[in-house]
Amino acid sequence: MTGAGPLTYREACRQALIEALESDPRVFMMGEDIGAYGGCYAVTKGLLEQFGPERVRDTPLAESGFTGAGIGAAMVGMRPIVELMTCNFSLLALDQIMNSAATLAHMSGGQFAVPLVIRMATGAGRRVAAQHSHSLEGWFAHIPGVKVLAPAVIEDARYMLGPALADPNPVLIFEHVMLYNDTGPHDPSVTEVDISSAAVRREGSDVTLVTYGGSLRKCLAAAGQLAEERISADVIDLRILRPLDSATVLESVRRTRRCVIVDEAWRSGSIAAEIGMRIAEEAFFDLDAPLRRVCSAEVPVPYAPAMEDAALPQVDDIVGTVRQLLGKS
Amino acid sequence: MREFRMPALGADMESGVLAQWLVKPGSAVSPGDIVCVVETQKGAIEVEIFEDGVIEEILVEPGTEVPVGQPLARLDGGPAAAQGAAPELKPMEPQAGRPADVQAAPRSPAAPAGPPPEPRARPARALVTPAARRRAAELDVDPETMTGTGIDGSVTLADVEVAARRPESVKRPPQELAPEARPARGFDKSAMRAAIAAAMQRSKREIPHYYLGQAIDFSAAQGWLEARNADLPPASRLMPAVLLLKAAALSLRAVPDLNGHFVDGAFRPGKDINVGWVVALRGGGLVAPAINGVDRLPLPDLMSALRDLVQRARAGGLRASELSSGTVTVTSLGERGADRVMGVIYPPQVAVIGFGRIASRPWVVDGQVVARPLVDASLAADHRVCDGRLGGLLLAAIDRHLQKPGEL
Repeated sequence: MTGAGPLTYREACRQALIEALESDPRVFMMGEDIGAYGGCYAVTKGLLEQFGPERVRDTPLAESGFTGAGIGAAMVGMRPIVELMTCNFSLLALDQIMNSAATLAHMSGGQFAVPLVIRMATGAGRRVAAQHSHSLEGWFAHIPGVKVLAPAVIEDARYMLGPALADPNPVLIFEHVMLYNDTGPHDPSVTEVDISSAAVRREGSDVTLVTYGGSLRKCLAAAGQLAEERISADVIDLRILRPLDSATVLESVRRTRRCVIVDEAWRSGSIAAEIGMRIAEEAFFDLDAPLRRVCSAEVPVPYAPAMEDAALPQVDDIVGTVRQLLGKS
Repeated sequence: MREFRMPALGADMESGVLAQWLVKPGSAVSPGDIVCVVETQKGAIEVEIFEDGVIEEILVEPGTEVPVGQPLARLDGGPAAAQGAAPELKPMEPQAGRPADVQAAPRSPAAPAGPPPEPRARPARALVTPAARRRAAELDVDPETMTGTGIDGSVTLADVEVAARRPESVKRPPQELAPEARPARGFDKSAMRAAIAAAMQRSKREIPHYYLGQAIDFSAAQGWLEARNADLPPASRLMPAVLLLKAAALSLRAVPDLNGHFVDGAFRPGKDINVGWVVALRGGGLVAPAINGVDRLPLPDLMSALRDLVQRARAGGLRASELSSGTVTVTSLGERGADRVMGVIYPPQVAVIGFGRIASRPWVVDGQVVARPLVDASLAADHRVCDGRLGGLLLAAIDRHLQKPGEL
């Protein structure tokens, strides 16, 4: 598929899965509609034909059951990749993720590792209403014992899966639904990425925009608009929501002295709240303006397009918040 | 027109550094308001004002060392001005209705008919970002006086740097101590040691001390305390020290020659019995802030006053009046102290009453030796003012009061 037009985020995810299935016989996939249907976001299209039903398994609509099966397989040496259709449905598997996957290494005194990867779609914007549109990655980032990844760029969609499978701990990967058709920019020379550090996606000196996942594109667009007003924004892509790379955030905020956190999840009790508090704890005396957040309205994501757009963080919201912080509103 | 002057916060204070103003021109003040903080050898002291009025002009910038008695601010308006100051001004200012004008003048000239100044209103805190505040400290400028360009009009880092480059800027005056020499809010140990040394040297040089001591049976007081405290939560319980303090203050009523100041070769008896209570500070040093009118305070009030005083003494929040109003000093060494204390008088006071550790010792009751809780009371007094017979009366009175704790 490479070379046939620009690489999409979806295709990058697919290539990552193919590489994993080809390179390690212990890797297999489970999930709803991932086989015959090709995945509800078409990420696994063609994999059933290529790898067969033993390794690309369609499951019943029973998230707790097949997530639990994945945990068991991981404990006995397999490298399962479980797909949950959206993170809203992941709540049906929350008991397995939280009470089993995250705890077994600790509760067995290190006798069992759970090298399980769970992929799920997250986020709003596709007009599919409240039960398919929420951003719950911040909830999972609350849980010690798991890693939470949020690939926001093509390179991460393509190469985060490798280190995730190599990790002895359960790793959750949140793919934002609005990114699947994204085509870049993309640096083909990158062939591996880490799953430990945040990335500075744009350098600036007046304000730090901290974000991740689907909001990265909005922050980069906002930074472009702000540059026209001679406001220079540093844009940080967190990439990993647990464990958080505070050092990169703090380094940037100490330089710019202002910070806006952009998170499509709800504001209350969010990862944005956690980032803000860490800045308050570690960089208070460097701040030259109050901390600000741009998050989703605290409502179930609405169905009507205009209302959905109004409920989500948008580029204008980010630009307006930054202007205000700089006393230029 | 009245002046608010640098107070003397103790016998040996010659000057203090004005650390911070808590009022600004236009602020209304009334007696008891804390208007500024002064750094002394005893740490940062909150200074109260004892007049009504409106601050007209601040004469001294923060950071300035000011001799005792020099004006710090000019005060105007208020009822005192209406009665006292206005007639003096009459020859130059013939209009009637002067007092009202005086009151209004320091207020914003744009709103002369506006509401009267809010009583006790503290100045609104300027919005200064954390980074700006830190930079301002480095550049030694005052960010609170700057115009802010940040969010909500806050003073930002850039505002501080721009202001610091202006020659006429808000730089603090040159006579200010270097930052490292400026005592932090709290206590400067070496300065405090020097202050104690100066006061005690003067005491030993000038005051012919005499000393008396008396063992006192504390069992009645202890029994009464135990019964009273039994049903009370810890915060409401009385400590033995409060009985000793009250007994000493009541006894001084009968022996007024031990309560007062020796100034300019003469004894001036104290109007009230204001007892300086010796507080040992953690990490060394001591202060003796006063509780006023101890003989008139009910025990629970005295206990609260004592707790509050000790806490503030240790945290560095004493008030000016507390450091200068003492007419006598009392010290109690507490449970872990020595058996007895032979005090050194704090000039210009003329007596210090000391209590050693309360401990179980042999005591003769009805011809039998029994174990009793005893406390050694001592007195060091100024022979220029009185003699040992009078001192003995004081210790005997303390003993009598402690035998009737219910009447304290």
